[in-house]
Amino acid sequence: MKNYHFAIFTLVAALLLPAVIDSSHLNMAILVLMAAQVGVAWNMVGGYAGQVSLGHAAFYGIGAYASTLLLVKFGVNPWIGVLTGGVVAALLSLAFGWSCFRLKGHYFAMATIAVAELVQIFFTEWEYGGAAVGLYVPLDKPGWLWMSFSTKLPYYWLALGLLLLTLAANWWIERSYLGYYFRAIKDEPDAARSIGINIARYKQIALSVSAFFTAIGGSLYAQKEIYIDPNSVLSTALSIKMALVAILGGVGTLFGPVIGAVILTSIEEFTRIFFGGTGRGTDVIIYASLIIVIAVFYPTGIIGWMRSFRERRAARADASRQIAAHAASASTNNGEAA
Amino acid sequence: MTTEILLQTLASGILIGLIYALVAIGLTMIFGVMDIVNFAHGEFLMLGMYSSFWLFSLYALDPLLTLPLTVIMLFAFGVLLYRLVIVRIINAPMLSQIFTTFGIMILLRGVAQFFWKSDFRSIENSSVSGTVKLVGIQLGKPQLVAGVGAIVITGLIYFFLNRTRLGAALEATASDKEAARLMGIDSHKMFSLAWGIGAACAGAAGVLLATFFPIFPDVGANFILLAFVVVNLGGFGSVTGAFWAGILVGVIEVMGGLLLGPQYKTAIVLVLFLGVLMFRPQGLMGKA
Repeated sequence: MKNYHFAIFTLVAALLLPAVIDSSHLNMAILVLMAAQVGVAWNMVGGYAGQVSLGHAAFYGIGAYASTLLLVKFGVNPWIGVLTGGVVAALLSLAFGWSCFRLKGHYFAMATIAVAELVQIFFTEWEYGGAAVGLYVPLDKPGWLWMSFSTKLPYYWLALGLLLLTLAANWWIERSYLGYYFRAIKDEPDAARSIGINIARYKQIALSVSAFFTAIGGSLYAQKEIYIDPNSVLSTALSIKMALVAILGGVGTLFGPVIGAVILTSIEEFTRIFFGGTGRGTDVIIYASLIIVIAVFYPTGIIGWMRSFRERRAARADASRQIAAHAASASTNNGEAA
Repeated sequence: MTTEILLQTLASGILIGLIYALVAIGLTMIFGVMDIVNFAHGEFLMLGMYSSFWLFSLYALDPLLTLPLTVIMLFAFGVLLYRLVIVRIINAPMLSQIFTTFGIMILLRGVAQFFWKSDFRSIENSSVSGTVKLVGIQLGKPQLVAGVGAIVITGLIYFFLNRTRLGAALEATASDKEAARLMGIDSHKMFSLAWGIGAACAGAAGVLLATFFPIFPDVGANFILLAFVVVNLGGFGSVTGAFWAGILVGVIEVMGGLLLGPQYKTAIVLVLFLGVLMFRPQGLMGKA
């Protein structure tokens, strides 16, 4: 019930936000929404199904490149390009899953880094795809039909819409049999297998859905930034950031990545604005220190921390009630004895 | 292609491979003893490089002369890092372990950039500059000295692990933590030791590299993925495995660069890595 209130409140705030902030803050809000969206997408396979991928930038980049190449080379409408990118990423995730899912834990995480690095090397060398120079998204057809705008506001609505769509998909998965299977694969793989769950298949489903939404996020990035290169949409640092957003907020929770995105993007942007100008890496130092502190002291993320805080408070309240009850009964007993 | 070029390439592959081996030995030791993948390992190497650079440019001390000093400093740094940070995440979920060492990685890069700027630096005219001609092939003296240095240090570690009581205790902790504890081995001490030696190995590799490789805050990024590959090929936790795998990776990388073009040399190593992960996850030399 409380979560439901929180969600409604956040949604109303998000709808009203553009009316009260200026354009530079609006850009930051868009960054938060986009980070949250890929975090939610990552969380489907990394959080719910427990398969820690550190190579999700591969899907993001494939989405960005698919829609941009279709637009630049064939004049395909970006709305179609975005969907195509998602489908292509979901299909390529079959190869990704085939090569990595037989591995567990650290091995899986490292294999995903290697796959994503290979994809990055491919795009860096691929002349047709712009190689290391990258690609520009043409701006000749502004408007909603071609998903191209000269102001920031439409991108805010696009990013918000995509985030809501991704959250809705995640919410549906969480409540369907898929959600139960994913959690079973994460927490009790042997038990899941013994009751007949085809683990490989459901891991793959989680990955493909996640890849689809991650790629759409990548396409939106390309449309917004109007320029992509292998470094901006395919780097391992980006893969790590997607996972980090989910981890900060709370792995395997619906709204965890949203909270994580708000915190991480704020930290990044504010340290960059206040300390980045020195060019001496002060922003990086603060950012890294916070990551370490959170990873060491709050391993279950903000949501996990709030839950345990609430449980502790409930336990304390419970204990004090018991003591009070005990004291009361003791005093009645005394009264009876007297 | 002449035999000469082939031999030349083979030799330089082996020499750089010996450095990869040294970096990977530190990584595999930390992993073997406490099951934590250290993403900050390349940064230990970076610190080793800067240490020898500053000792050289400020006090005109030769990198080879200051190698022991740098090794001691990095050992202390590894132990300190364990005591301050890593000790708190021993039983944490894998995700927070990954992100802790990842955070340390970018923190150290940031610190290096803060104090030493992001300029590329190099050590010119150290005691080991120049080239030598050996049986018809031309080799850089720094590379040759680095390769020999890496062999010596690997040998010392091998000796330590197999011929000393402390080394045996470390190996025992790696193979079975609980049993080692029951035998009276303090596992915290062993973990500190693993981090110390791990950092010292990477630092030593950094010093050896510093005489012929550019020095900059992000230099570790060039080595961490290769070190993962080597550790994996050699079998997680295996020092001798990492040694041979390091040489193999060095040769494959350089040979692949020669045959397909230098831009694909990392790709070749990554494909090899994935192939081994998929078909021999215990490593090329590991037992099933």
